[in-house]
Amino acid sequence: MSRPLLYLSYKQDMALLNTPAKRWWTLVLGLVAVALPFLLTDDLLVVLATACVASIGAIGLNIVTGYGGQVSLGHAFFLGLGAYTAAALSGDPDSTRLIGFGITSLPVWLLAAGLVAGLAGLIVAPLAARLRGLYLAVVTLGLVFIGEHIFKHWRELTGGVGVGRPAAVPELFGFQFAVDGELFTKAQKLYLLMLVLLVIFGVLARNLVRSRTGRALAAVRDRDLAAEVIGVDVTRYKMIAFAVSSFYAGVAGALLYVMIGFVEPGSFNLGMSVQYIAMVLIGGVATISGSVLGALFITLLPRVTRELPAVLPFISGSSAAGGITVFQVETILYGLLIIGFLIFEPRGLFGIWIRVRTYWKSWPFSH
Amino acid sequence: MNEFLATVVRGLGNGSIYALLALGFVIVYKSMRVISFAQPAFMMAGALLTGYLVLSMNFFLAVLVALLLTALLGAGVERLALRPMIGKPVFVIAIITLGVDIVIRTVVNSFIGLDIRQMGDPWGLEQLGVLGARIDQRHLATLVATLIVVAALFAFYRWSRTGLAMRAASSDQEVALAQGVSVGRVFSLAWALAAALAGLAGVFLSTGIGLEQNLWLTALKALPVIILGGLDSLGGAVIAGLSIGIVEALVGSYGDNLHPVFGGDFFLVVPYLLMLLVLLVRPYGLFGAREVERI
Repeated sequence: MSRPLLYLSYKQDMALLNTPAKRWWTLVLGLVAVALPFLLTDDLLVVLATACVASIGAIGLNIVTGYGGQVSLGHAFFLGLGAYTAAALSGDPDSTRLIGFGITSLPVWLLAAGLVAGLAGLIVAPLAARLRGLYLAVVTLGLVFIGEHIFKHWRELTGGVGVGRPAAVPELFGFQFAVDGELFTKAQKLYLLMLVLLVIFGVLARNLVRSRTGRALAAVRDRDLAAEVIGVDVTRYKMIAFAVSSFYAGVAGALLYVMIGFVEPGSFNLGMSVQYIAMVLIGGVATISGSVLGALFITLLPRVTRELPAVLPFISGSSAAGGITVFQVETILYGLLIIGFLIFEPRGLFGIWIRVRTYWKSWPFSH
Repeated sequence: MNEFLATVVRGLGNGSIYALLALGFVIVYKSMRVISFAQPAFMMAGALLTGYLVLSMNFFLAVLVALLLTALLGAGVERLALRPMIGKPVFVIAIITLGVDIVIRTVVNSFIGLDIRQMGDPWGLEQLGVLGARIDQRHLATLVATLIVVAALFAFYRWSRTGLAMRAASSDQEVALAQGVSVGRVFSLAWALAAALAGLAGVFLSTGIGLEQNLWLTALKALPVIILGGLDSLGGAVIAGLSIGIVEALVGSYGDNLHPVFGGDFFLVVPYLLMLLVLLVRPYGLFGAREVERI
């Protein structure tokens, strides 16, 4: 007789899918995710593909901020590094205007983007390891401004403000993802690609945080002094957290612009960093699935608010007309959501899910 | 030499604005141990209100009324969004202020519109000849006003009962509470003061050149300033603000000879680079209190 919720070892408890419910839900979710390209329109698929990429970035930020407790407002800088590494590697080598190496193989530029960003993270990490709390937040903010300046002025790499450059070309062993094919459209192919990558990076991150490294990071987050006393090398783990987080950011940055096909150097600003912080906080701090939920939420928000003028006639769809515009509503909503979630549901969407789950677990008994 | 003098005065003028903003950050930090990212929003709100009020009254009166309103806004934000969060991790509170900033700034921006809004100030872009150097009157006005405000603020902290209460609350909230200090009122007052200071900075920032949506980025330059001066040092904020203003102006005037790789607006990132350099040597800023670790 099997007793599914009885754990006899730590290993069993920490297993990826440790309950039957999780196994079934994962299966269902997987099936739905794979079926979506055949059910939804292409423009929605592009949004979902972007959400998958944003999830990878949010997971990265969650590793350093959620698990490691190191507040980083510099995520946009690392995203930018990844985006430009990938774009330069896969760029047209004959172009006189821009740097390009013509390596369009996806695994190559993806890994390179991650490694370059990760390396930059390692360079910043020793400085970051000396700082704590809000000092660190402001310093990483400075990183964004310095990065933005470099991106705007290094025209050979980024194309300059207002001009930009083409994003990386996704190609795998001769198979082009960003072109409409006979079987699949461009959006369907890109969505499936990003979904697969999200699953890969998500599982990798989940494995990292339930391992020795993850436990060390949590110890550093909860009390770095205590962690040091029990033998955790604080500086080393802070550096690991920064490097891994930046690697994820680089990967996400490389993929983020594949859908639009175009990178503009002005986009890697404070606003982008805040967006990723919001994903982590709204999704749920220190959870991988929460990061994915948060990224989905934030990426879908503009899409939802764009439907508002049809329902509420006092909101106008363009900025030319008077009254409140959709963009203003979207920004205000975004700010209010950050405030509201932090005050009323600090554990984010994942916390809501936990509450729903515990309610049904013991239903109809409330305790 | 003339150009040098003009540059230094310009630096002092801009530096005063940074100092005003930084003082706001430091006052909030001292009371709550939180960096308030809402300062840019208060800055824009103060400037916008002045821009509207000046249409119907004297400039100085308009500034006064606008600052009072901004202070009220600051206290209101503290009461609604920050008070429920007392005792929560500072990082979470800091992010709430980011949210507040986004909301207020969007509303303010919708009032500013796409055009540049004039302040109706008495000095505009007029210049003054001092020792053969052409100096903008607005920079001098900013510097003088800042010095007066800073002196008043220091006197308030040093000699008034409320100032004493605020100092007590910042050194130990529970003990202050036991001595009869209303810590909640200290929080409100700190936010009101910080908002008014930011508003004043906004007014001076937009005199002459006018108010436009992108001006809020200037407020973020107070962040390197407070890190440089130390998060909890009022004097450090003023000194660091003025010095960053001067360094920035000098790089702006003489930095053209630098390598073209740095770009023409290199002076914009100078504060951040300076901050990184100082932090490499002194992780708690120049005048900040070193954190005591207890096990």
